[in-house]
Amino acid sequence: MELNVRQRRVDTTGIDADDRRLLEQIQEGLPLVSRPFAEIAARLGMAEAEVIARIERLRGEGVIKRMGVVVRHRPLGYDANAMVVWDVPDARVDALGQCFARFPFVTLCYQRPRRGAPWPYNLFCMIHGKDRDAVLDKIAELREACGVGEVRHQILFSRRCFKQRGANYRRGSP
Amino acid sequence: MPTTNLNAFERRLLNDFQQDMPLSPTPYADMAARLGVSEAEVLEALTSLREQGVVSRVGPVLATNRVGASTLAAMAVPEPRLEAVARLVSEHPAVNHNYEREHRFNLWFVATAPGEAELARVITELEQATGLDALVLPMIQDYHIDLGFELQWN
Repeated sequence: MELNVRQRRVDTTGIDADDRRLLEQIQEGLPLVSRPFAEIAARLGMAEAEVIARIERLRGEGVIKRMGVVVRHRPLGYDANAMVVWDVPDARVDALGQCFARFPFVTLCYQRPRRGAPWPYNLFCMIHGKDRDAVLDKIAELREACGVGEVRHQILFSRRCFKQRGANYRRGSP
Repeated sequence: MPTTNLNAFERRLLNDFQQDMPLSPTPYADMAARLGVSEAEVLEALTSLREQGVVSRVGPVLATNRVGASTLAAMAVPEPRLEAVARLVSEHPAVNHNYEREHRFNLWFVATAPGEAELARVITELEQATGLDALVLPMIQDYHIDLGFELQWN
């Protein structure tokens, strides 16, 4: 049984049109000026206090996972980045996902659908490190700590970054 | 840019405000007060770090599938075509991340759209533009609680 893109659950409950307009304005970054929320408010025809209150609410509801400085790892010397993909028995995927996600060097951890023989992997985690060996050491630590020594996996190191920026959920994009 | 070029103030600025920046009318002045510097120094440092590519942005990290639809996707691109295909994918406004990885599936990207129908259309457009099939891997479950990233300076 495979999920396809049309069967996924997108849950936008609790987000109104003004929230959406606000998120469109801030998702690529707040202006670096003394009163950034006032500037966003002026663009939207909203009060500054309302902008701040909406951001606080969206953060409280988990729509905004975090709000702050988003750093790029590579210019800071975290040169190695691997996506590790695992073919985990379905019955163990939640337990193993939670086990992986507890490690501070795991920066993302998702269950995703398998895609038949070419892509049997259902659990993904992202690991950053100063170099390749550091990343491989961390993967060995995960395998040991979470008891996945026998689980089939692949390590996909990143080579070039062609594009990295905030999400664009804007309507009307071509 | 090597880590060693950052001073103690810049390191704290990068490390201490990933999760919870102040949500006051003057957030940068509040950050400055916590770091014992002026607001102008914070604004200058963030502007400079953004220009250098160390800071992507000061803003929100959004939960997947709460504002719109998004998916990870991959393509197995013949090596001689990789740069040209990567450029086509990056040029699409719905694509926000696009990486080369060491695998037969060597191009990995994330696409976002207001809804699932639009997202499916984006994937179709990218497949048609490149002449390659995409492996579409939307999130089913997120296990990670995003607390930013603890930077270790050494």
